[in-house]
Amino acid sequence: MKYADIVHRCFRCGYCKFTSDYTDFNCPSYRKFRFETYSPGGRMWLIRGWLNGDIKNSERFQEILFSCATCANCVEHCVFAFSDDLVNIFVAAREELVAEGLVPPPVRDYLKAIHVNGNPYKLPASERGKWADGTGLEAYNGQDYLFYVGCVGSYDERAVKIARAVGTLLAKAGLSIGILGEKETCDGNEVRALGESGLFENLAGQNIQTFQDLGVKKIITLDPHAFNVFKNDYPSLGGRFEIYHYTQVLGPLIQAGKVPLKECPLKVTYHDPCYLGRHNGEYQAPRSILKAIPGLQLVEMDRHGENAFCCGGGGGNFFTDILGKGQESPARLRVKEAAETGADIIAVACPQCAKMLEDAVKSEELEDRLKVMDVAEIVTGCLL
Amino acid sequence: MTDIAQSLARIVGEAYVSNHPEEAYFYARDPGLMPHHAPDYVVVPETVEEIQEIVRLANREKVPVVPMGAGLALTGLVIPLRGGIVIDMKRMNRILSVNETGRHAVVEGGTSQGYLKAYLEKHHPRLRHSIPDSPATATIAANVMIHGQGRLTQQYGFNSDMICGLEVVLASGEVCCIGSCALSPDWFSKGPPLPDLTGLFLGWFGATGIITKVGVKLYPRKKMRDVEIFITDREDLVPEMIYELTHTEMVEDINVFAQPKPMIFKDNHHITLFFTGDTDEELEFKRKTIWHALDRFIQSKDGGFMGVAPAMKPTLLDMPQRSVSRFADVTRGGGFEYSGPIIMVDKYPACAHKILELAEKYDLGYSGMARIIGRSHCMMYGFAFTFNRADPDMMERTRKALHEVSVFALEAGGVFWKATVDEQRMAMEKMDPTTLSLMRMIKEQMDPNGIMNPGNWEVTKV
Repeated sequence: MKYADIVHRCFRCGYCKFTSDYTDFNCPSYRKFRFETYSPGGRMWLIRGWLNGDIKNSERFQEILFSCATCANCVEHCVFAFSDDLVNIFVAAREELVAEGLVPPPVRDYLKAIHVNGNPYKLPASERGKWADGTGLEAYNGQDYLFYVGCVGSYDERAVKIARAVGTLLAKAGLSIGILGEKETCDGNEVRALGESGLFENLAGQNIQTFQDLGVKKIITLDPHAFNVFKNDYPSLGGRFEIYHYTQVLGPLIQAGKVPLKECPLKVTYHDPCYLGRHNGEYQAPRSILKAIPGLQLVEMDRHGENAFCCGGGGGNFFTDILGKGQESPARLRVKEAAETGADIIAVACPQCAKMLEDAVKSEELEDRLKVMDVAEIVTGCLL
Repeated sequence: MTDIAQSLARIVGEAYVSNHPEEAYFYARDPGLMPHHAPDYVVVPETVEEIQEIVRLANREKVPVVPMGAGLALTGLVIPLRGGIVIDMKRMNRILSVNETGRHAVVEGGTSQGYLKAYLEKHHPRLRHSIPDSPATATIAANVMIHGQGRLTQQYGFNSDMICGLEVVLASGEVCCIGSCALSPDWFSKGPPLPDLTGLFLGWFGATGIITKVGVKLYPRKKMRDVEIFITDREDLVPEMIYELTHTEMVEDINVFAQPKPMIFKDNHHITLFFTGDTDEELEFKRKTIWHALDRFIQSKDGGFMGVAPAMKPTLLDMPQRSVSRFADVTRGGGFEYSGPIIMVDKYPACAHKILELAEKYDLGYSGMARIIGRSHCMMYGFAFTFNRADPDMMERTRKALHEVSVFALEAGGVFWKATVDEQRMAMEKMDPTTLSLMRMIKEQMDPNGIMNPGNWEVTKV
């Protein structure tokens, strides 16, 4: 296994579980399950035990490995020199399980769906561009930017609304963008995170070929997960493009006066998506947009920025639900934390977070007090 | 599931009981060098009532119970030597009350040091507790149970001296309040003026009961905090220097460290002095008083204050010091363990010689660190060795070195801190027989079925 020479170096001191100021446990799977085995240190020790033959690949072992949300809280807070590799180690262990063909059924089903359909919803590619119907967005044919929407933005009912909001805003601001429609396929971020490296390389290769054939130079993503994989994993496979998350483009457009905004007296708290925040260090772009809205009050949760608590959807859990539901699910804990700020709206910049948190708001019966909106949806509502 | 597992599931809920091999593997070990031994069950309760039910079940079934905080003692105290039920306490982490003017908090038995620190900083910024340098996930209850030390130990003694009450689940399953809380709603004293019963539990490692609540004394948190380091190559003079420094009553905490790496640290003893103030004037007054306390050593050229670089200060002032954990990876091996006897400060030179001798003899990386307890009343001298977890030979050499530390410490008049089972046996062999007999009486009365963390403090003969 890759990184096998590192796993014994974990002291299991537990800093990886916390925020930097120790406000709370911040590892989603540890917070949910509460056994040490579900913490990053627990995984390190178990992987070592498994490599040494002291424990076997079991349903429990699989649950422990695949419940990791790859949120990188451990990467952020581990005190050791190998901290940068923690998530990579867990993904490498998943790769071994995938190679053995012994993974939880939802993981297997997700990977098979991507392999067969190019999306986890098992829907035809011909429906992939339907989200843009009526927006006026055109197929990519040499525009300045490709707007890449991803599986969730293309097919999920809630996320489609966000994709439409973003696409419409960017076009309205005069940005030259085009979309792939049915030519688009899965970006592969979750496939990679779930350990199917072969399928990931196929997807990446296919996307890179498509982008290159069309002459794409700059890509704007709806989803931080796609942003992450395009930015950090595609270059080593030959895919070098300028990659932006949409908030990084929308902010400057607002600053340039191309998106005129009216007074909006909203009280908003912002939830950092892990693949935009901790994985890529982008904390300010979404906040600068919110702060640019006249009258909007931005209030922070205790856990924000580098210390943000994951919604529990990362690392494939959005699709596989290995982390599971219930009162202690990360998303439900997160919306309660948001409610404590007194905010009316949880702003998100990720369609997966939007869906996770919106479901959690319903489960917590907070619909009367708290609304989940993407940053783009908030901006749309505040257009002059 | 077995009958016991089903019974446990009825108590805490199925999600919080495990008899899976994965938890058995993990909870069989701590980060130190003690042999592993698997529990039969691991449970993560949420309430005192659940713990009571677990203990009653254990009593009926004659199954051991081992309470566990973060499991960071390194000396195997939460390794279930005879199997049974490990109770992971960390789900019970609520801060139940903070009395601002009475300067104390009442916390549940699984509350971590880090969580209390964060809570106080947010809600009671003028209060603090004596936080140890063990990782932030270490629990307050476990720390007082082992007579831990922290940032305020030079001023107020062991962290176990800084409590104002306990709630304990006895081996019978009954809940018992210790201190003023036994007859008052207020947690202001752990014993006085009543008989102090905390000694029935503190230092016993769970062998007499499970701490489910702790009254923690809180202290003024000053607005500013700074650090100075006095360096000397005369270890024989360190006790005198400590005497002068403690005389000032101006120092928050005194640590002395000596280690060979980085190279610039080699052969010197670094007396690290933390101090606090609410104003610049207060801070500077304390700084000058501390400086002047060591004038004669400076004049005799036996030492001097080093300039602490601004870049170094955050590491030193960090609470807890994350850098302590990094020592585990000096050999790129993820392990360190220390024996930390409590011993008179005048034994500092002998301890400093001994760690050097053992490091050379066993070819180990080391760090010697003394934390002064009280006004030079005693110290914890940590003989810390780093080892590579993937190198069995190095691990064995570390074990041998630590055993020699134990023998040395006992001969030098020291007392083991968070003693391993072997050290407990060594201590009991040397102990006054009447004291030992009293310990046996207490243990037999309090745990007649021998279910409470068995293997620890077991008096087999008097």
